[in-house]
Amino acid sequence: MARSQPEPVQQVKKRRDAALNALVSGVPYIQFLGITFDRRGDELTGVMPFDEKLIGNPLLPALHGGATAAFLEVTAIIGLSWSMLWDDIESGALEALAGSDAPLPKLPKTIDFTLDYLRSGLPRDAYARAHVTRSGRRYASVHVSAWQDNKARPIAQASGHFVMPRRDG
Amino acid sequence: MTPDKAKRAAQFIEAVPHAKALGMKLVKFGDGEAEFTMGYDIRFIGDPETGVIHGGAVSALMDMCCGTAALSHPDNPGGTATIDLRIDYMRPATPGQTITAKAECYHITRSVAFVRGRAMDGDPDNPVATATGTFSVEAK
Repeated sequence: MARSQPEPVQQVKKRRDAALNALVSGVPYIQFLGITFDRRGDELTGVMPFDEKLIGNPLLPALHGGATAAFLEVTAIIGLSWSMLWDDIESGALEALAGSDAPLPKLPKTIDFTLDYLRSGLPRDAYARAHVTRSGRRYASVHVSAWQDNKARPIAQASGHFVMPRRDG
Repeated sequence: MTPDKAKRAAQFIEAVPHAKALGMKLVKFGDGEAEFTMGYDIRFIGDPETGVIHGGAVSALMDMCCGTAALSHPDNPGGTATIDLRIDYMRPATPGQTITAKAECYHITRSVAFVRGRAMDGDPDNPVATATGTFSVEAK
């Protein structure tokens, strides 16, 4: 039996990047905070470039705990949506994510979010990665951690529970 | 707390860049209690389909309000920083409505302030979110 040709790499990247862009660019608050996502295969890293408006303590100066909290929550929700949609992105089933006008799939909703502040956030770029510990049909549990210069020295970590959107067509 | 001291505290707190960016207003400050409002703004939307504010913006308001309550406690000599914060989201905030957060520091030791808070929209009997947190107590 003849094997089908693998998809050209540019096409694969284009499809995945279009899906990620559709997911992220539609949320005003992500734009407001200036958060972007760096993609390597299916791995996402949230990037929150330093900005004056993220400061909470002008004397130190340090990032506001609320900015860090929002960054972690955004990374958790996008990371969870991304893993939920991955199979449909790969199969091409998600037209909405490929740049058409079809509505975007609904996002998971936060039930609770628990943050540990480990170090003060310095006035520089921050990075975060989410790990979906469990993703069921109705609920999901996600862990996320953020760092700046040194990944082994996280500034904050969080874990949260989410209600998954109904996906019955 | 004298009205003058509360006024100075309000000026200082509202000048925090992130609080300013989110349009937070300090309504009450003193004796371990704080109250803030945050007006609806389309830039803070988390769900473009419904126009509901992002949970992260509510978290930022809660962190600010709980931290300010810790700061306002008479036994807190100096600054404070969040140690941990848990937020429970009961329901989406109604689009278009101002969110009010209230927090109280119900216990304080030499090193830790224990705070709880809640966030309401136009329906105060039905909170949007609740928060529990611990904050550091720092010497002046």
